[in-house]
Formats: sequence, structure tokens, C-alpha cells
Amino acid sequence: MSAPPPSRRLSAREWARANLFGSRLDTVLTVLFTLFLVWVVYRLGRFVFVDARWEIVERNITNLLVGGFPRDQLFRLWGALFVLAASLGFGAGAFGAQRRREVAEGRAEELPRGGVRRLVPLFLLVAVLLWFSGSVEPALLVLGAFGVGYAFNLLGQRTPQRLERFVPLAVLAGVLAAFLVVAAFDGVGWSLWGGFLLTVFLAVAAILLSFPFGVLLALGRRSSLPAVRWVCVAYIELFRGVPLIAILFMAFFMIGFFLPEGVDAPSLVTRAIIGFTLFTAAYVAEIVRGGLQSVPAGQVEAAQALGLSPFRTTTRIVLPQALRAVIPGLVGQFISLYKDTSLVFIIGLTELLAVAQNVTKQPDFLAQGLYVETLVFASFVYWTGSYWMSRESQRLERRLGLGER
Amino acid sequence: MTAATASTTRRPPFWRNVRVLRVVVQAVFVAAVAGLVLFLLDNVVYNLERRGIPTGFDYLRQPAGFAIPDSDFRSTQSLGDALLVGVQNTIKVALLGIVLATVLGVLIGVARLSTNWLVRKAAAVYVETFRNIPVLVIILFWYLGVMIRLPPIREAVEALDLVAVSNRGIVIPWFDQVGAGAAFGVVALVAVAAAAGVWAWRTRRFDRTGEPHRRGLWAGAVLLAVLATGFVATGRPWTLDTPEVGELSTSGGFRLAPEYAALLVALSLYTASHIAEIVRGSILAVARGQSEAANALGLSGFQRMRFVVLPQAFRISVPPISNQYLNLVKNSSLGVAISYYEVTKVTQVSIAQSAPAVQAIALLMLIYLAFSLTIAAVTNVVNRRLTLKGRA
Repeated sequence: MSAPPPSRRLSAREWARANLFGSRLDTVLTVLFTLFLVWVVYRLGRFVFVDARWEIVERNITNLLVGGFPRDQLFRLWGALFVLAASLGFGAGAFGAQRRREVAEGRAEELPRGGVRRLVPLFLLVAVLLWFSGSVEPALLVLGAFGVGYAFNLLGQRTPQRLERFVPLAVLAGVLAAFLVVAAFDGVGWSLWGGFLLTVFLAVAAILLSFPFGVLLALGRRSSLPAVRWVCVAYIELFRGVPLIAILFMAFFMIGFFLPEGVDAPSLVTRAIIGFTLFTAAYVAEIVRGGLQSVPAGQVEAAQALGLSPFRTTTRIVLPQALRAVIPGLVGQFISLYKDTSLVFIIGLTELLAVAQNVTKQPDFLAQGLYVETLVFASFVYWTGSYWMSRESQRLERRLGLGER
Repeated sequence: MTAATASTTRRPPFWRNVRVLRVVVQAVFVAAVAGLVLFLLDNVVYNLERRGIPTGFDYLRQPAGFAIPDSDFRSTQSLGDALLVGVQNTIKVALLGIVLATVLGVLIGVARLSTNWLVRKAAAVYVETFRNIPVLVIILFWYLGVMIRLPPIREAVEALDLVAVSNRGIVIPWFDQVGAGAAFGVVALVAVAAAAGVWAWRTRRFDRTGEPHRRGLWAGAVLLAVLATGFVATGRPWTLDTPEVGELSTSGGFRLAPEYAALLVALSLYTASHIAEIVRGSILAVARGQSEAANALGLSGFQRMRFVVLPQAFRISVPPISNQYLNLVKNSSLGVAISYYEVTKVTQVSIAQSAPAVQAIALLMLIYLAFSLTIAAVTNVVNRRLTLKGRA
């Protein structure tokens, strides 16, 4: 291993010389771009801080976040938030500790620590939402949730090593518990959920439900049995060749026709989940197929030499290695899903984007052209979530050392 | 010893024979899938008949009962014709969108690797912004936030009497046929053929002598010369039609409807951010020695990009970029949200009118599948031609 070339901090002047005014063309570009950026920042800043009439967002912040969720049941959402904070904090703590041990034992390379800076987009989102809520109570509750999350983070760091493999299960159980807090025990069924809550719910439900389906399709596509392979290829290519909105149309207009007599058609939200799951499964299958292909053939041959049955070869040898490699791809798919949930607005479900459109038709705001305010708000919410997740996924990719072998 | 030999030659019982098992497993699997499909189809047919909905595709001959804005389509024409107009509109937005997204995406992808810090960061901000916002939000923003907020038609903004911008659309000058269009069409064909001939001649000459070929310049000049001569010779069959702003509408010129313009711009901007990332990755994937060799040969920055780096990056980026083209075609279905009458919107309106939902949506999926397969086929051809030929 050779040492990296020595680096030297440039003075401000040298830096500008090298990075802004390297040549005549560079100087022209720098000037032009400065003018352009100043103009953009000025227009944006003026809109956000002066011109925009944010009262439409302020007065509808609850609508935007939960849609038609019964207001007397909101405490359930706060409860769910606490449960989520606890389980995610626990998971993050346990993974962090595991990671540090690997580094200490020299089994993994140390990555630059992002620390709190990694959470900046999320903090920004929460801060803006709290600002719009305009009261103290939600801020206190959010602080409480952060406190709980931190406490469980510390707890997670003390997970005994022999229990470590149960951590993902514990996190999943936490997510499920959060769901039950809202929906079970005389709670609110998901057909009444809306706004940002519905956006997140649709994305999470679709990725969780489509995962097993997608793994089966991927295995089927690599099967040595031609009939199985053809059916799986046909499914994957059909659903990848058609736009999501066509599949949602199918789920909305056609599911009723597919059911035998006497079975009631499911609610709109359930139909959306079915559509998203069918669609996502095809994409998950292709991601998992990539993972399966990355497992060296020698692994399978070694398993066969040891006398493992095909089933055990797949579940014990191939899948654990393949699924580890596809985590970043799955996160990427989750991000697209998170953005694609906005499409259910076309079908008439009231997720975030639909609420953002509908509130402009309220009597107080009718025909005042406040679309831009609500759209900018929706974009901000989508952007922070998606940007944060894509950053974390890149980090995960580096951490798993993918693409380096 | 003999016992062992006997046991290895004895055939296994059929339930442990892999060959038999494979056939059985496949038969069971196919039977299960076919059973599921038949069960669903049977339910569909039963449900359709129970509600008195026709089961075939005869509905396509019914009159549509709705008109399509910005087209010659009238409500007395059939639903099948409406679908064709929808397909045309999809192609119209997809083709131009692909061109715009590619140009913008390549520019931004190259800008992300600029040596100029400001340019680099601006490109990065662009990419991170557009990649992380749903394309539907971008479409709605351009429609609700920009296009329909343009000044009303009476206060239309005109530039040099050539372009008129209002909330009824953007009007640009267009050609208007006033004479022998067919004759000029022949001239155009001749011009293209002549230009192609000159191009081939310059290329051959370059191969033989090594002189600069300048074939683009030559071919362009020949094309223009023949076109101009033919234009005058056929009695000037086309004139430039500039927009006239009236009280309630514009006349003349070519009008880009606000829905079309919004969808086109939004799809191009969104897809460009993805293409930019692909271009950047492909350029970084070109071995660094190539760049260094180009520098050592004394090529300028532009020449290094144009002749050394981009051609190699292009080869890497064809499959992922064609994937983005596919996404653009599929995303054009979101025109439905702003009532741009592409094929999805036509289907939606048809279902609202009288068309049976099951058949209409099946047809919609088939149409998109055809688009996807076409693009995939073109990609395969291009890819095969670009693949490095191994040594024979």
C-alpha cells in the first residue's frame, strides 16, 4: 500500500484561483453562474420569507399530516411515534455498537462519522412542521419522543452480543407495534388515514409486503425449471413495462371484477396497497436477482458438496449473502416508492399531495392561486425524507463494502 | 462389493428421481398458476355478464362522446380513434422529452465534473433537488404554478412578434403551406440524399488521405443549398406563420398547449437529473489513463471530452440511459393529472364515459408494454453495435 500524496490546505486566494478563475472560460462561467444563482436565491428567498401566504399551510397542518384521521384519536399517533422512536433508536444503537466492535477488531474499515449532522434533513423537517403547528404541545411531545429514542439508543448499545441477531426482528416488531397502537384496540383503520401518514404507511406497507413476493420471483427467475422461470419472467417484465398509474387503475377499477360473488371489494387504501405491492414486487425481484448473481457459484457448489438439500442451500447459504448485498438497492426502491405514493392522488386517495391540492379549494382560500405554497410545502416534505434516505443508503453501501470486491 | 455395485446401478424410486420430480414440480406449478388465472378470468367474465357489461372489444367502435382539446378529434368519432390520438400525444411528449432530457442531462452531468467549483455545486444542487421530489409534484408545479399563472390572453407577452406567451399556451412561429408541398417534399428527399452522398465522400477521402474531413460542415452546406434552391424553384410553397394575438385566442403559428408545455418541461427536467447522474458515473468509469493520454497528446479540454472521454462513456451509459427513456415514456402517463390527453387520460375519460374498465385498462397496459418492448429492442440493437468487438 502506498501512502496517499501529501495534501496541503490552500489559502482562500489560491483556492479561488484554482476553482473559480482557472481560465478565461472559467471566469466567464463563474460570473454568469453567480448572477444566475443570486437571482434564483433572491426569488426563492423572497417567495419563502415575503410573498408566500403560509397561513394556508399553518391552518391545515393537521390535515396535511394526517388527512381525515379522527381528531379525537390523535393521541394514538403520538403513542405510535413514541413506540417508533424507541424501536428505531434501539436498532440504531445496537447497529452502531456492532459496527464499532467490528472496527475495533479490524474486521471493518472506519468510516468518517457523520454524527448528528446526518440527521440534519430530518431535524429540518421536524422544525418546519413544528413551526407551522404554532403551538408548544407538539414540540414538547416531539422532544419527548427524541428523549425516548435516545434512551433506547443507549440501551441498544448495551445489547449482549448473543442477542444481536434478534435486533432486526425487534425493530420490525416495534414498527408493527406502532401500527397496532394506531389501528388495533378500537383504533382507526387505515381506510381513514390520510396526508403524510398515508404516504409513509403506503410506502412501508408496500415494501414489506412486496419483499417476500419479490424474493420468490427472483428465485423463480433463476430456477432451473423452465416453466417456473417463464412464468416469473413474464410477471416481472409485464409489471416493469407498465406505468404505475396503469397498475393503480387496474387495482382500483378491476379488483372488484376479479373477486368471486359475495366477496366485498376492499377499501380504496387496501386496493392501493395491493397495486403498489404487485408493482414493487417486480422491481424488488430484479434487485434481489442482482444480489443472487453476486453470490459466487463456488458457494453453491460447496453447499452441494456438503450434502445440503437445494432448499437448505438456498435459505442457509445463498439468500443470507444475497440479501446483504441488496439492502442499498431495497432502500433505493423504498425511496422511489415514497415518492410514487403521490400517484394515488390521481385515484382520489387523500395522501400528502392530494391534501395539498384540496386545501386550496377551501372557502377561505378558494381561487386565490395558493397552489405554489402548498406544492412547495409538499415538495419540502418529500425532499427532506428522500434526500435523507438516499444519503443514508450511500453510507450503508460504503459500510457494507459493496462494489469494492 | 457386488452389493455396492448393485445398489449404484439400481434406479431410484420415481419419487426420488430428479428427472421425474422436475416434471412433476413444473406441472404442479403451471397448473396452480393457470388455475389462479382461470379463476380470476372466470370471475371477471361472470361479473361482467352479471352487470350487463360487454365482454369483447367491440366498444372501441362506439362514438367517444368527448372531444379532445388541441386536436381534430370530435366527440362523434369512435373510442378507438380517441385511443389513437392518445397514443400520438404520448409519442409527441415522449420524443421531444427524450431529446430535451438528453441534452440537458449530458450538460449537467459534464458540469458536475467541471473544474469550476461554482458550476460543479450548482449542478449538484440541481440533481439533488429534482431527484428527490416526486415527478408528479414537478408536473403539477409547472402546470399550476407556472403555466396557468401566465398573463391572460389579452395581456399576452410577445417577443419580437415571434413568440406569444399567455396562460392559453406558448405560440411559436411555424411554417404554413401555401403552394406545392408535394414537389418540395421531393426536393427535401433529394437534399437529404445529396447530403448523405457528400458525407460518405468526405469520409472516404478522410480515410484515404487523412485530411480533415469536415463532413458535418460539407453535408450541412449541401443540404441547405439544395433546400434553398428547391424552395425558390418550387415557387416558395411555405411561409413563416407568426402568432397573432386576438381578443380571446391566438391565431397563426404553432401553439404549445399549457398542459403539453408543463408536462414536457417537467418530464425533461426530472429525467435530466437522472441522466446527469448516469453521465457523470460513465465519465468517471472511463479509465483515467485515457484522459491523461489525451492531455499528453496535447488535446484541448474540449477535444479530450469530444474525442476521447465521451465516446467511451457513451458506450457504458447506453443501457441505463435507455432505461431512463423508458421511465420517461411511462411517466408521461402522469399527464392524466393535468388533463393532457395522452393515452392514459383518454382511457380514464373513456371509462368515465361508457367504456368497460377491464378491457380498457388491459388495452392500456398492452400499449405501454408495446412502447417498452420497442425501446428495449432499439436499445439492444444499439448496444450490440456499440459493444467492443473482441479480437478475431
